[in-house]
Amino acid sequence: MTSTVPVRPATSPLPPTEPHPAAQPPRRTLRSRLFRWEATSAPYVYVAPFFLLFAAFGLFPLVYTVWVSLHEFRLNAEMTWVGLDNFVWLFTNAKFYNALLKTFTIGVLSTVPQLLLALGLAHLLNYRMKARNFFRISMIMPYATSVAASTLVFAQIFGRDGGFANWMLSLVGIGAVDWRNGDLAAQIAIAVIVTWRWTGYNALIYLAGMQSIPYELYEAASLDGASRWQQFRYITLPGLRPTILFTVVVSTIGATQLFGEPLLFGGGVPNGGAVNQYQTVGLFMYQQGWQYGSLGRAAAVAWVTFVLIVVLVLVNTAVVRLRTAQRLTEGEDR
Amino acid sequence: MDTRRTRTTAVIAALTSGALVLAACGDGESADSAEAGETAGGQTTLTVALFGTFGYEESGLFEQYMEENPDIVIEYESTQGEDKYWPALQTKLNSGSGTADIQGIEVARISEVTANQADLWTDLRDTAAGERVADYVDWKADAATTADGQVLGLGTDIGPMGLCYRSDLFEEAGLPTDPAELAAQLGSWEDFLALGEQFKAGAPEGTAFHDSAGGLYNAIVSTEEQIYYDASGELVLESNQALRDAFDLAAQAGQDGLTAKLEQFVDPSWDAGFGSGTFASIACPSWMIGYIKGKAGDSGSGKWNITTLPGGQGGNWGGAYLGIPAASEHKEEAAELIAWLTDAEQQAAVFANVGNFPSNTSAIELVGDTTDEYFQGAPIGEVFTTSAQNAPTQILGPNDGVAKNAMVQALLSVEVNGVDPADAWEAGVSQVLNQVR
Repeated sequence: MTSTVPVRPATSPLPPTEPHPAAQPPRRTLRSRLFRWEATSAPYVYVAPFFLLFAAFGLFPLVYTVWVSLHEFRLNAEMTWVGLDNFVWLFTNAKFYNALLKTFTIGVLSTVPQLLLALGLAHLLNYRMKARNFFRISMIMPYATSVAASTLVFAQIFGRDGGFANWMLSLVGIGAVDWRNGDLAAQIAIAVIVTWRWTGYNALIYLAGMQSIPYELYEAASLDGASRWQQFRYITLPGLRPTILFTVVVSTIGATQLFGEPLLFGGGVPNGGAVNQYQTVGLFMYQQGWQYGSLGRAAAVAWVTFVLIVVLVLVNTAVVRLRTAQRLTEGEDR
Repeated sequence: MDTRRTRTTAVIAALTSGALVLAACGDGESADSAEAGETAGGQTTLTVALFGTFGYEESGLFEQYMEENPDIVIEYESTQGEDKYWPALQTKLNSGSGTADIQGIEVARISEVTANQADLWTDLRDTAAGERVADYVDWKADAATTADGQVLGLGTDIGPMGLCYRSDLFEEAGLPTDPAELAAQLGSWEDFLALGEQFKAGAPEGTAFHDSAGGLYNAIVSTEEQIYYDASGELVLESNQALRDAFDLAAQAGQDGLTAKLEQFVDPSWDAGFGSGTFASIACPSWMIGYIKGKAGDSGSGKWNITTLPGGQGGNWGGAYLGIPAASEHKEEAAELIAWLTDAEQQAAVFANVGNFPSNTSAIELVGDTTDEYFQGAPIGEVFTTSAQNAPTQILGPNDGVAKNAMVQALLSVEVNGVDPADAWEAGVSQVLNQVR
């Protein structure tokens, strides 16, 4: 009789499960079933710990927030069903649109200079220079500080009367600026805090991306007589396109969620200034939930913000696909 | 060679991670036992969470209590801003854990506590603190009592009003510096603004007359009996003419440049302004004395003085209570601590140190003739006792804190963002109604 038992190593992990060792068919079926089961389910089991945690701390709150947003839920009180009232209130509230506008303007003010600076820094650091590693490491240090500590220090720097920023401005003859209370001034101050924190991080990402651009391209370009700037424009930038896309997406998401800096810049109060001049959507949500005690409305804001971020990322991706398609149809003219 | 190196690396890695795990476990255990309140010596740890400057730490009272009661260990923490302290406390109360054994409650919040949170706090009548309840001025004790008689907080201080000013800056601007002279000149709040104009004309560069329109507003309403709520519990924010007048007067002071445009308690420049002379006067409830001494430091000693409010009016701004959350596991020990802290002697000691005026009737008698060197020997005991006696009994409501904050923010927008006072008033009112709804 030919053995149809699959060849297994002497140390089999499967314990004998049959009471009749002489009976071959039952052991073979169960064992092979278990073997097949292990092969198909192993990946899921290995990933299970992460997904269980995600389900508990990521998915459940996401779904529960939708549930809460359909109720009126004040702290220390019972939930009462109000249907879509919270969303109606949200979309007819001028302060919400103000928060959206401020999030957008602070986002642009902080993201655009930050990424441009990071690109420039990375390009400069790509050259051979003394103490290159020192500069590369020190660039990441702002990222390693705590948001709270750095914002509090910057709040002092941007103080109206004794602040370092106003002192520097006075050296060039500009009068004292009221950073905390001004409109554009406060937004610029917050943008400075965010830029200081993230420029180094993005510069290192660009630097890593630049390492994958083949050196032969630069050689060929300089042989053709291209200047440094032209090399940057026609070799570095196109080569960095996926990296730039990544940083733009991450910065956009980060800008939409801006919370710690405006909150602490305003002294820990979430109204974002006396006329909400720097109240981002995150602050608006916190104000609704914890200052006003209306958690249902805060949940509505949270969900609308989530949808907004998803839409932004999809738009981003679509624009990039469009541009790539354009370039491919136009042909390689660079 | 490689195998040996790999094996050595593996052994070192295993030992290090083992050591780290043991250290982590060990730390966890001791932290847990401290949290449970029982250390090896059988001591009870009481956690005390307050806001602003209650003065207990500054007067060494916690140290004293721990010396007299060796089986008690007190862990104290304080948040500067009450407007940040309160929402954080609400979240902890709601979840039923994370609250300290003793929590401070500001007078603007006590009404909400008695109205809506009776089950989240301990009835102090059932504890050692119950015998203290009779020691208080009536209105103070009543404010912390629920409709069915539960006492949820024991009063710490009240906030009788005065006017603190920098006598050196007043002198530079050609104003009288003697408290009695000033009091004679200040018959009303309009006189106060006129004095401000006089100051502005003669003032040194970079100095404003008053610190903020919000502070001025709070000073004016502190003399009123009916502020945001009336006796029947209705919100009278929109209909109270006295409130609107106070707002308009403060807004006018802000627009006329009589204030330094600083947001009280929050702006770092306000903190610095005490010492650097950015403002020459500030509305002075008795607890502001602690702020002045703390922020201006030793270099400010002898520069500040205090006089009465215009027209000699009495007023009250602030004051606090100590309560025990229902989730506390050491109610009896906490109650004993509260009873001791609010006893006449301790309240008098706090007043001498940080200026928090007592609410215990015996303590008020003790402090009658306290003078303060820092304020050029001013009779602060007398000034504040008179103000407390002249102050009307204020009607409190659940959303006093909300309304106060909204009005102060509205006045700030008038000062720094150029918002029209009428628009700012509307914005403030709508913000209150938004929250109260």
